[in-house]
Amino acid sequence: MTLLSISGVHTFYGRIEALRGVDLEIRPGEIVTLIGANGAGKSTLLMTVCGHPRAAKGSIRFDGGDITRLPTHAIIRRGIAHAPEGRRIFPRMTVLENLQMGATTGAPQQFDDDLARVFVIFPILQQRKDQRGGTLSGGEQQMLAIGRALMARPRLLLLDEPSLGLAPLVVKQIFSVIREINERQSMTVFLVEQNAYHALKLAHRGYVMVNGRITLHGTGAELLANSDVRAAYLEGGQ
Amino acid sequence: MEYFLQQLINGVTLGAIYGLIAIGYTMVYGIIGMINFAHGEIFMIGAFISFIAFLLLGALGITFVPLALLLVLLLAMVFTSVYGWTVERLAYRPLRGSFRLAPLISAIGMSIFLQNYVQVLQGARVKPLQPVVTGGFQMFKGDGFAVSFSYLQIVIILVTVVLMASFSLLIGRTALGRAQRACEQDRVMTALLGIDVDRTISTTFVMGAALAAVAGLMFMLYYGVIDFYIGFLAGIKAFTAAVLGGIGSLPGAMLGGLLIGLIETFWSAYFSIEYKDVAAYSILVLVLIFRPTGLLGKPEIEKV
Ligand SMILES: Nc1ncnc2c1ncn2[C@@H]1O[C@H](COP(=O)(O)OP(=O)(O)OP(=O)(O)O)[C@@H](O)[C@H]1O
Ligand SMILES: [Mg+2]
Repeated sequence: MTLLSISGVHTFYGRIEALRGVDLEIRPGEIVTLIGANGAGKSTLLMTVCGHPRAAKGSIRFDGGDITRLPTHAIIRRGIAHAPEGRRIFPRMTVLENLQMGATTGAPQQFDDDLARVFVIFPILQQRKDQRGGTLSGGEQQMLAIGRALMARPRLLLLDEPSLGLAPLVVKQIFSVIREINERQSMTVFLVEQNAYHALKLAHRGYVMVNGRITLHGTGAELLANSDVRAAYLEGGQ
Repeated sequence: MEYFLQQLINGVTLGAIYGLIAIGYTMVYGIIGMINFAHGEIFMIGAFISFIAFLLLGALGITFVPLALLLVLLLAMVFTSVYGWTVERLAYRPLRGSFRLAPLISAIGMSIFLQNYVQVLQGARVKPLQPVVTGGFQMFKGDGFAVSFSYLQIVIILVTVVLMASFSLLIGRTALGRAQRACEQDRVMTALLGIDVDRTISTTFVMGAALAAVAGLMFMLYYGVIDFYIGFLAGIKAFTAAVLGGIGSLPGAMLGGLLIGLIETFWSAYFSIEYKDVAAYSILVLVLIFRPTGLLGKPEIEKV
């Protein structure tokens, strides 16, 4: 039983082949992390799942259905939310409006509950709720981007470097939030992280990507113990 | 003083019409960063559809003026919207993601096509319409000059104010308006939140066309004649209004329209009617030199 299965996926930017045949599986209820060097293709893989850019070859199935050729909004409507690289919050909308945008695919009667939940996780967003997104600090924008993704109550949550630019204390908090929503709401999480140590500690399983290919995979503990992984991604990285 | 007041009333009326057209330019520019040069023609088509609708209602014996006006308004909005939607679907959407100038060239082609289309279907002669809304107020008669505020002017200004107010609410407060603003800011992210971006863009064209249709109807009532060429000049002026107010800004389009209407009217009244079009553009040039973002289009301080 898999929630997301990616098989033989190739993705191009013009003539540059960013993904060179990726196979990956995520089961319901898992936290899976993807680590790799800069430019390995991690963000590209998450975006390809969302159909932007589209996979040139291979197939992507979500919850049993083929989503490889669906338009982005239709993929999202199946129950996927993505907090992409670079945060991409709407700068000329208020914090509240950004969160409302996140709730586009959610049921309207859940809105108040979900909003309250996001405000419990990130109280600063409640204080800033009428402020324009573009005027938030980098870390606050990151929290808003994660909060916005949570507003959709997705079955699969894609997070691209959620800890980027956050203070160590906030990073800790974000990771515990991820664990909590995973356990309490059995939300499946696919996490891309630079912070390999924290990510592998948190995740049930992990994949290592090099140059557009998956080179290693295993449980978080296995990868943490793997000497190649330690040498490439962990030395001094704690 | 009376003369001034009269020009003010005339100018505001004209400005209302320009403002309604300008909204279509500014919204489309905001959402896809393109000048829809065919928008003036959509306005012209709105005037023709209104004209035809009046004749039809007349033939059906519906002559009660408020009812006839309301019906014509609705018919014009609906049918003109279909044109606006079709233009986007056929001429712009296939070119999205193509090189930057492609949709612009396509828009100019569409504009020429629509002019010829109406010319062929309706003939090149001007179409006169019997005055529909007649009468008005006379205010302070003095120096042998009376200020008149016609019922038609009142209708035009009232309808415009109501439309602009509801439109601002729609953009500012509803999920649809939020989706449109989201598309303006980041189309990829908007799609990543489950919104059909293409459909939102189509809706924007439909809304712009509906407002242009109202402007077309008012123009026809106000001047009493239309031809296939009215979209050109009115379109350029409304576009000027949108740039003057700050292209992409909704209040800017309304303000710009008002200003262009006033400038044009006062210029014709006090200086020379021949150069009234030049006056509006000179003001535009000055604004662009000293305030390139337009009057209300201020660049935001943003961290992205
Ligand atoms: N829009 C684009 N156009 C062209 N090339 C791109 C584009 N986006 C990414 N690439 C290229 O694709 C490759 C993979 O990029 P990607 O962003 O997926 O890497 P990443 O693993 O997320 O890196 P990082 O850890 O730095 O975020 C890189 O070589 C990058 O230069
Ligand atoms: Mg990346």
